[in-house]
Amino acid sequence: MIDVKDLLFHYGDGIELFGAFSFHVNRGEAWTVIGPSGCGKSTLLLLIAGLNRPKGGKVTVGGEHITRARPSTGLVLQDHGLLPWATIEENTRLGLEVRKFYGPDGKHSPADVQPDEKEDNRRVNHWLTWLGIDNLKKMYPSQLSRGQRQRAAIARTLVLQPDLLLMDEPFSALDAPIREELQKVMNGFHLESGLTSLTVTHDIEEAVVLGEKILVLHDRCNREPMIIDNHLSGKTDKRKSPEFIDRCGQLKDILGSRRSDGWED
Amino acid sequence: MKRKATLLSTLAGVVMFFVLWQLLALIVNRPILPSPLEVVPLFLQNITGELGLHFLASAARVLTAIILATLLAAPLGLALGQMPRLDSVVGPLIAIIYPIPKIIFLPVIYVLMGISDLSKITLIASIIFFQILVVVRDEAAGLKKELILSVKSLGAGRRALFKYVYIPASIPAILTALRVSVGTAVAVLFIAEQSLTSYGLGYYIVIETYQVLLYPEMYTGIMGMGLLGVLLYFAIYSIELKVSKHMFIDGH
Repeated sequence: MIDVKDLLFHYGDGIELFGAFSFHVNRGEAWTVIGPSGCGKSTLLLLIAGLNRPKGGKVTVGGEHITRARPSTGLVLQDHGLLPWATIEENTRLGLEVRKFYGPDGKHSPADVQPDEKEDNRRVNHWLTWLGIDNLKKMYPSQLSRGQRQRAAIARTLVLQPDLLLMDEPFSALDAPIREELQKVMNGFHLESGLTSLTVTHDIEEAVVLGEKILVLHDRCNREPMIIDNHLSGKTDKRKSPEFIDRCGQLKDILGSRRSDGWED
Repeated sequence: MKRKATLLSTLAGVVMFFVLWQLLALIVNRPILPSPLEVVPLFLQNITGELGLHFLASAARVLTAIILATLLAAPLGLALGQMPRLDSVVGPLIAIIYPIPKIIFLPVIYVLMGISDLSKITLIASIIFFQILVVVRDEAAGLKKELILSVKSLGAGRRALFKYVYIPASIPAILTALRVSVGTAVAVLFIAEQSLTSYGLGYYIVIETYQVLLYPEMYTGIMGMGLLGVLLYFAIYSIELKVSKHMFIDGH
């Protein structure tokens, strides 16, 4: 589904974040990306989303060479990015409105999806209900709690029926109980839909809960991907189990060793 | 959140205003401050006649200036807000021109543009222009990067960003800027209308009534001009209430 090949990237300061970096995500897999701040994990996500251009190499999603935002890729950021002047319902519809605005041109909206008012309404209601915020649809974002806003941002993305879901620290700004609740919601969603997803996080527990595969980045130029297979994802009830705690410990050690002030690997 | 003015509070304000006026009239007790009991009936009687024409002339000038200034300033503000490099070049110039009271260019504008309505409208428009330019620019520049990225990820290109983000984001800012600047606009109009015209409330107040000591009539002109300011203010305010609903929500 995602194929990153020989990726080169640096910002204006010239410090290389990725040098000939390659990795591959299969359809239906749930990945998490973890690493210290400044390691380029959000950058990687934006590169896959097509909102950042690589300096070299190639990003392919669903067989499509990515040079701009791809209509079937959904993106959820830490700061929900809801329009403050629109109600939750209007916000949830925004992507559909944008698609209607351009028509099925294949560039801004998928070429094979014809706008269908009835079906759109059904989907908006379905996701608002599924995320438990259908009673808030006439409210404005400022009237909602952070968790509810993040649910609205997720609803807005899922309404577009993406085949890939990218999330950047989606639950970092939330209180622990709400964070765990939303992690559970996303686990359930993944089980139900089998949607390919990639979630960036700095939280070790979250990486283990959400990722069938965990990509660990470090804060020097990333060349070789370090990928951990993790069968514990989705087992939110096992948070207290020794196995889960061991996995978190293991991840913590790896993260420690991958920091530039630790020993060389 | 902004504070919402209710019909009741507005009415209370009007009643207090007239009571205060009446009290002052009683205290001063000179022809220069007639009682509202004398002025208001006279106003109601004259507004359908000559005074009404002066009122319409003034209103037309302000409205034209508002429309002209908004049409020019809003797109330019959006462009500057979105193009930080261009803004860093033009920004310092705007920062210098913005606080200069535009009325001082009155003679220059008269000479350059001639003795027409156009010169008066240009003067008022130039005041509103900078108010709108600055707020729209700041509003467009202040939109969070995450918001733009999220909307882009929903498929929006430049045109959709304008329609769904930049324009709705700047309309409340335009309205606030207008509401704040109509007072100044009417004040400048008052000065501009004192010469080189024979219609307009400024002309009526100073030339037709004040200089011939028709004090009660002069007050009907003052009431007209005050009313013009108040009407414009509340008209913009009521549009704001409709358009910027999210800024007036209670229970926060």
